[in-house]
Formats: sequence, structure tokens, C-alpha cells
Amino acid sequence: MNWSKLLNIALRALLTNKTRSVLTMLGVIIGVWAVIMLMAIGQGLQNYVTDQFEQFGANNIFIAPGELFGEEGGGFQSDEQMAANLLANTLEYEDINAIRKMRQYVKAVTAFSVNSAEVSYKKNTEKSSIVGVNHDYATITSTKPIKGKFFDKAMEEKKEAVVFLGYQITKDLFGDVDPVGKKILIKNRDYTVIGVGEKVGGGFGGPSFDQYVFIPITNWFELFDSKLVIRVMAAIKSEELTDGAIKEIEKYFLKRLKADEFSVFKQEDILKIIDQILGALTAGLGGIAAISLVVGGIGIMNIMLVSVTERTREIGLRKAIGATPKVILIQFLIESVVLSILGGLIGVLIAEMMTYFVKRFIPAEVTWSAVVLAFGVSAAVGIIFGVYPARKASQLSPIEALRYE
Amino acid sequence: MTQPVLVLKDISKVYRLGEEDLYALNQVSLTINEGEFLAVVGPSGCGKSTFLHIASLLDYPTQGIIQIKGMDTMDYTEPERARLRNREIGFIFQQFNLLAKTNAIDNVALPLVYAGDGKKDRERRAREMLEQVGLGDRLSSTPSQLSGGQQQRVAIARALVNQPSLIFADEPTGNLDSRSGEEIKKIIIKLNNEGKTIVMVTHDREIAKIAKRIVALADGRVVSDRPTKWARKTL
Repeated sequence: MNWSKLLNIALRALLTNKTRSVLTMLGVIIGVWAVIMLMAIGQGLQNYVTDQFEQFGANNIFIAPGELFGEEGGGFQSDEQMAANLLANTLEYEDINAIRKMRQYVKAVTAFSVNSAEVSYKKNTEKSSIVGVNHDYATITSTKPIKGKFFDKAMEEKKEAVVFLGYQITKDLFGDVDPVGKKILIKNRDYTVIGVGEKVGGGFGGPSFDQYVFIPITNWFELFDSKLVIRVMAAIKSEELTDGAIKEIEKYFLKRLKADEFSVFKQEDILKIIDQILGALTAGLGGIAAISLVVGGIGIMNIMLVSVTERTREIGLRKAIGATPKVILIQFLIESVVLSILGGLIGVLIAEMMTYFVKRFIPAEVTWSAVVLAFGVSAAVGIIFGVYPARKASQLSPIEALRYE
Repeated sequence: MTQPVLVLKDISKVYRLGEEDLYALNQVSLTINEGEFLAVVGPSGCGKSTFLHIASLLDYPTQGIIQIKGMDTMDYTEPERARLRNREIGFIFQQFNLLAKTNAIDNVALPLVYAGDGKKDRERRAREMLEQVGLGDRLSSTPSQLSGGQQQRVAIARALVNQPSLIFADEPTGNLDSRSGEEIKKIIIKLNNEGKTIVMVTHDREIAKIAKRIVALADGRVVSDRPTKWARKTL
């Protein structure tokens, strides 16, 4: 009894009931499709967020008011706590100068403050995030102008009313007009456009840097009549120095603040936590989708049981003329495995195709691990849920089976 | 000296019905030699079917010994019994028991599939067998395209394809009109004339007459066992 003959027998049995076979496969198709699709979206999000963070450059460290990370380094705090931290006035402009003086570590440093306001050019008005930063911001974040330039140290010191616009806000305000040298109004004050940033993209689920309006932090303090610094970003000379720099900066702040009133962290720390959260999310979604695979498996078992009952006489005949119980077991097992593997293949194909289209709207990426996982699980489903009906068939007594009407 | 193909020694089959033991077969002993054509007759409920199932290794006796070509089958496992049935026993059923939606040649070749023969060999042998029963022109017909008599001839070809030492026929004409029944009778007689050992179970006295030896069962016991020409009274 060779395998190709057994496969042949199984395929023929499945083809005899085409509609039934397709409907049975549908359970597995949907299950595999759902697992791959959800994992693709999860993975896409993860890649997207990582990309977004990498725009900042690898050697950057961040200082934020309040305690951003929990004690064990896992998870963020509650919304209220986060909001309170954002408004906490613990970071001061003077800190920038102090950190800048740590020359053995720090290459450049900038404060980062943000508030929203209306920006208008002639009749075009847009609500935008007005970001106050130091002139080093462009270096730290590798912001590249496509027109004009970022403001320099002199402009910052003189609190000049100059503005560097994000790519998208420029489009919205100016259309095709060259904005450099033009005047715009922010909170009814005149600002001169000195540069436009290149398109950085993104913005999924929040404003993109393309929509930001950058002004010197010194000017920002006057404009919003505030001394609030919500972030300090520092570029460290090399990656190996980041941990030393974090310690040094912590030491500096501890002279003035309590340990839970500020946080110093590197980009990697945030990425790690986001990866953790998105990873758990992806696994969770995949797990929920996997339930549908189990349901698909139960569908296969159900149909195989019906098939065994329907073909009781056939099984009896096969046994009478020499099929051993093992051969019958394998024959029925192959039928259920073919159903599940074929269903799995079709599910993978549909998921690949749909991801191709979905990609245009939300980040999604089919990973090999998701395909292998879904496919492996579907094959396992075929075996696990096929064993019971196949055993039932193999254990039928030939005379009972032949007598069956 | 002809060698016994099938030997049954003190075969009993007991079913437990509540408190009572019901003997479907009671101490049946029988020796069937090569080339014999035996008919097992008796009224319904006499144990004919049980006899057929046990003698053909489809069922287990409660007691007794079954030898096929001198091999004691009593301690055979189910896979061993399946292989023995495959090699040594051919079945002809009242209901034909052909695989629907499967053509004649594949139906006939089925025992060879389980014997592990190659595709070419299977097809050649199955074709020969179908030609032998007069269906050389219906190789690719499915059972639904064949008459009852033709279906039974396909089943006979299937029973012969492994060249078994023993053929069991269970009411082989029971599902057929009289003309088809005659055809099948002729084929069975011809097979026996060619040397095949045949055990046929029937309640039909007319058909039993084609056998050379008639065993009558009643209440699970052998009540008569004699050559057909002397068995007229029993019939």
C-alpha cells in the first residue's frame, strides 16, 4: 500500500463531494486568513512605529517630567498621570545649558515645547502644533530642509520671529507658492518663513512632523507666555556613551528634583516598551484569530464523522478484501489533512492578496513566521481533528460495516 | 490426495441475550478440500450468515479452531487476518458491494491495491478478470451504468483477481432477476470446474443444487452434510 495510492483514494473521495469539501475547507481558510491578516497588521504597526522612532537618530536621549516608565520598566502610566506629567513644570530652560556643558557626552541638546495655535497665510488658516526648539533640533533629529534653512544660534538668541515649516503644513498654507521669505501669522503675530522640511511621512493615529511649525524656543516662551519645557532631547557623541550620559544627567537633576519627578531614557527604552506592547497585541490578535482555526478544525471533524457514517459499507468492503485498520486510518486521516492543508494554502493566498491592498491604507506586512505558524497550525488541526473520525473508521468491524444499510 | 483448504473444528459462536446464551453456531466442524463446491443451506436464523462471517475471517468465533491451508488463524491479529483475507479469500456478496462512482476496472483492482501491487500489474490483471466474466468492453463503466447481473460479474472478477484459494459467495443471485441469476450461476459453475474452491451460502434450494456438496444448518448445528446427488431429500 503506497502513499500515492492512498492520497489518490483520499482525493477521489473529496472530489466526489466537491461542495461539501469546499464548505468544510472554508472554516480553515477563514481561520488561516484571519491569523495571517491580523498578525500582518500587528507587524506592520510595529515596523511603522520603529521607523517613526528611528527618525530621531540612534544616539539620542530624552528627558521628560515625571516618571514615564513604571518601576519594572514595563508599561506606561495612566492617562491622568501622563497628562499631569506633561504639564508638570519640572524641566527648566536653564537645564539645557547645564546639559550642554557635559561636553564629554553631549554633542547637542534642545528643549522641546509644544502648544497649538492658528497659523495663517493670507486667507488660508490652519490649526497647527507650534513647536519651540533650540537651533540644534535640526542636527539632533536630522531634519533636512528642502527649501531655505533651519534657524541658527543667533536667531535663537535674538528671539527672532522666524519659522521653519513642516512639509504638509506648507502645502496646506501656500499651495504652489514659494514660502521662503513670506510672512505668516501665528496668534496674530508676524513670522517670517525661513525654511521648509522634507517630507518625513507617517502620522498614523496622530499629527505627523510634517504638520509641525517650528519656532525658536526663546520666541515660543514669549508667544505662549510660558516657561514649560515638555521634553529635552540630547544627542550623545556615541552609542556607547549613552548609559554614562543618562547617569550624569540623572545626577544633575537629582540635585533639584526627586527621582519620580523626571525621567531620562534612550530611544531604545521607548522602542523596547512599544515593541513589547505591540508584540503582545499582535500575539493576542493572532490568538483570537486562532480560535477560528479551531472552529474550522471542528468543522472538519464533523464532516469526517458524517463521511465515515455514510461510507460504513465502503469501509466494511475495503476491510473484507484486505485493508488493514492502519490503512483505513491513514486513508481517512489523509482526507482530513488534505482538507486542512488545502484550506491553509488558500487562506495564505487570500491573506497575501488582501494585505497587498490593505497596505495602501494601513501599515501591514505578512511575515514568514505568521505564514509558517498559520500553515503549521492548520495542518496540525487536520491531524488532530481527523484522528478521531479516522480511528472510528479503522475500528469498524467488517461485518457490522457490511450489514450497515 | 487433495489438501484441505479450510478446516473448522468445534466452532461455536455465542451471543449473550440478557441471562440466556444464544448459540448462533454450536460445535460446527467441517473440512473443505481444494476444488470442492459447497452450499450451506438452511432457514433464516439457522446460522448461515454467522458461519460465512466466521469461516471467512470477518468475525471471530467464541470457541473453536479455523485453519486455512493448514495455517491456524486463531492467534492472528486483525492486520494479519486482513492480509490473509486479501491473499486467500474472495468475496461475492448479495449486495455486490462495489464502490460507487468508481469504474469497473478500479473496482476489480481494489484487492490488488491492498496487496501492494503496482499500477500496471493491477490494470492488466483486472482487465483479464473482467474479460473472463464477459465484461471486457465495460472496463470504464461505473456501477450505476451497469445492470445488476453485470455488477455481480464485476464483483466476481474482484473476488478472483488475487487468485484466492477460497471463494465465499453470500446469496450471489439474491438480488438479481432470474435471467441474470442464471448467468451468475453459470459463471460460478465454470469457476468450480476450473478448480476453484467455492463456499456458497443460500436459502434458495434451486441455487444450492449447482453445488457438489450440501451442508444443512439448523439452530446453529450441522444437521446434514452430503453430496448433492444424495441430498435431494434434505432439499
